[in-house]
Amino acid sequence: MATEILMPALSPTMEEGTLAKWLVKEGDTVSSGDILAEIETDKATMEFEAVDEGTVGKILIAEGTEGVKVNTPIAVLLEEGEDASAAESAGSNAGSEAKTEVKEETKAKDTLPADVPAASSPAAAAPKPPRTPDWPEGTETKTTTVREALRDAMAEEMRRADNVFLMGEEVGEYQGAYKISQGLLDEFGPKRVVDTPITEHGFAGIAVGAAFGGLRPIVEFMTFNFAMQAIDHIINSAAKTLYMSGGQMGAPMVFRGPNGAAARVGAQHSQDYAAWYMQIPGLKVVMPYTAADAKGLMKSAIRDPNPVIFLENEILYGRSFEVPVLDDFTIPLGKARIAREGTDVTIVSFGIGMTYALEAAEKLAADGIEAEVIDLRTIRPMDTDAIIESVKKTNRCVTVEEGWPQGSVGGYISSVLMQEAFDHLDAPVINCTGKDVPMPYAANLEKHALVTTDEVVEAVRKVTYK
Amino acid sequence: MATRKTSDAAPAKGTNPAPKGSNIPADELKHYYREMLLIRRFEEKAGQLYGMGLIGGFCHLYIGQEAVVVGLEAAAEEGDKRITSYRDHGHMLACGMDPKGVMAELTGREGGYSKGKGGSMHMFSKEKHFYGGHGIVGAQVPIGAGLAFADKYLDNKRVTFTYFGDGAANQGQVYETYNMAQLWELPVVFVIENNQYAMGTSVQRSTKSPSLWERGAAYGIKGEEVDGMDVLAVKEAGERAVAHCREGKGPYILEIKTYRYRGHSMSDPAKYRSREEVQKMRDERDPIEQVRKLLLTGNHATEEDLKAIDKEIKEIVNDSAEFSKESPEPALEELWTDIYADEAPQEA
Repeated sequence: MATEILMPALSPTMEEGTLAKWLVKEGDTVSSGDILAEIETDKATMEFEAVDEGTVGKILIAEGTEGVKVNTPIAVLLEEGEDASAAESAGSNAGSEAKTEVKEETKAKDTLPADVPAASSPAAAAPKPPRTPDWPEGTETKTTTVREALRDAMAEEMRRADNVFLMGEEVGEYQGAYKISQGLLDEFGPKRVVDTPITEHGFAGIAVGAAFGGLRPIVEFMTFNFAMQAIDHIINSAAKTLYMSGGQMGAPMVFRGPNGAAARVGAQHSQDYAAWYMQIPGLKVVMPYTAADAKGLMKSAIRDPNPVIFLENEILYGRSFEVPVLDDFTIPLGKARIAREGTDVTIVSFGIGMTYALEAAEKLAADGIEAEVIDLRTIRPMDTDAIIESVKKTNRCVTVEEGWPQGSVGGYISSVLMQEAFDHLDAPVINCTGKDVPMPYAANLEKHALVTTDEVVEAVRKVTYK
Repeated sequence: MATRKTSDAAPAKGTNPAPKGSNIPADELKHYYREMLLIRRFEEKAGQLYGMGLIGGFCHLYIGQEAVVVGLEAAAEEGDKRITSYRDHGHMLACGMDPKGVMAELTGREGGYSKGKGGSMHMFSKEKHFYGGHGIVGAQVPIGAGLAFADKYLDNKRVTFTYFGDGAANQGQVYETYNMAQLWELPVVFVIENNQYAMGTSVQRSTKSPSLWERGAAYGIKGEEVDGMDVLAVKEAGERAVAHCREGKGPYILEIKTYRYRGHSMSDPAKYRSREEVQKMRDERDPIEQVRKLLLTGNHATEEDLKAIDKEIKEIVNDSAEFSKESPEPALEELWTDIYADEAPQEA
């Protein structure tokens, strides 16, 4: 059967082009791969090759013709034994195949549901965790540092499942640059506590591959500042694969390490990445404050079938909190904690920001202002319901974080409140953030660059008009 | 230590003595012919559908490089893994993925391997142990080593073929990976598909290194250069590499010298090389033609036999094209699925 040769699209955006030159003439025999013509697009002159073999029966568009639309028949190719009359009839049916295509496409689109719910992100649509206490009343607790809590969580999960392993710089023999993995090498051996060379991009990629291959990697970054070397694998390889594979495979794993400013380590070691990772669909982002949260959330993160960013803080590592003594204590991802109840203002924070939020709440209480303090704990999926519920009661909101102001977590919370609780707000939301500067080294400047308790107090006074 | 170097140039047209393939069973040669032809015809059809606007975006064809994947798949065993870059259609067909599912992914339809959500550069098949389909140049290299890390951890004696091009060979993460793969003795074959052009930049314009596989020597990784237009040479080299990995000796590098006939992607006019250069390759080194000649000169097959294979392949490819047009576009609800996994996957 004679086949039509159609004007090809030769770039992602091409709609028409110039048929610059025919390199074959009627009667020529061609086989697949032979160059038939040169076609000019808006970007380049391209060679156009034959796909089928046959004889050029008729040239329908003369060379030099401009503005030839994509899919216009430009020639007719005859199969062995056909004569030119077949070309005539094919030519008169011009565009039959191409037109059919277009029709089918239109049809397909028409049959799609007319109004698909303007679905909120699946993260937001995730099932709501119940507002219950994290552990039963009366449970025995033990004073534990955040450091120990993280180690205990990893150890418990490694005992629970053989395919959980830890990798990173100095996690094994050195016992952890910040001693988070202390004792793990002794208990689990070098197969499961893997010291890596200093090669973040490489070992993050290897860990993603190991997750594809059936393991549950925990990747320790000595700090999240170094994870910028690996961010392509975190986002492009880990976060997007489940979607790109149509649900066939993903990367169940944890990327963890200290995040944000420590003390006097300068601009390259003092950045808060909460807002960066918060933006990525496919990632979950956790940033705990207390030791109980660090433990319960780490255990959940390791079990979660998705890539989880677990943002710790060096200054918090040595702080002690009460942790319940339970065989298997977990906290679900995506559930905020009401750290302090109050009626006059809602202060939302997470991670080390909670230090300022709670200090400010104490100071304000002395002046008769009762702040409700919400510890988000998980930044994505974010428990926005908890914030909205609280704001409906207090009608005011202040957010607190150490990260920069533009594109901040607080900025996102403000936008959620504008859209979903506007009528409940009696004052603009104020975002207390780190200053919009790289972290300075000088002690006085560094202190000023971070958010301060006084700034939080001041912000609350503004929104409460007191 | 780098070891051997096989003959790097395929014999010129007509000088290849018939005995070369004479010890290979006819069925095996026919299998290579068929597999390579499937890739060639599939890619030509994909190019055609792109021209008709049915395939969009970036589309990188594998035409000319068919012997690489077909030769290496012949050296693989069930359960071995493979991962590659965005020039991935050939790898998928060679490992047994359904041409219909691949073509329907190219057209962005529900019947595609990723339900239309991945496209040409992002396809996967857990069933066939094909781990993508990666769009960031070089990113698949540590991921491939990671798959091998998992295999070693699970002690399952599997090998991972990690393909990348001469362009990716200049990415830093490749060398980070070499270092760890050798340090941990991971069962991974690094396959450098050297088609001589990283988009428009020839190897000569991107590195002073005389050869790419020899860079492995800096990490103590063995390797060799292979004639990538000769499917039998690729298979033999593949077997050496796989044996090395399977014996627990760590990674192995194959630099496979190949050539792509088409541009980097569909929108590349390929002005950085002459038409004569491409034509010369097609005329003298074509991998399919080489096997075709072996089959005919060795009296393994008649012209009629080969025509029958051609016809069968044409039907498979046409069916895949039909399927890729008829399969509906994904439902709009699919926009919101597969972002997060709900349940824990099977623990190994």
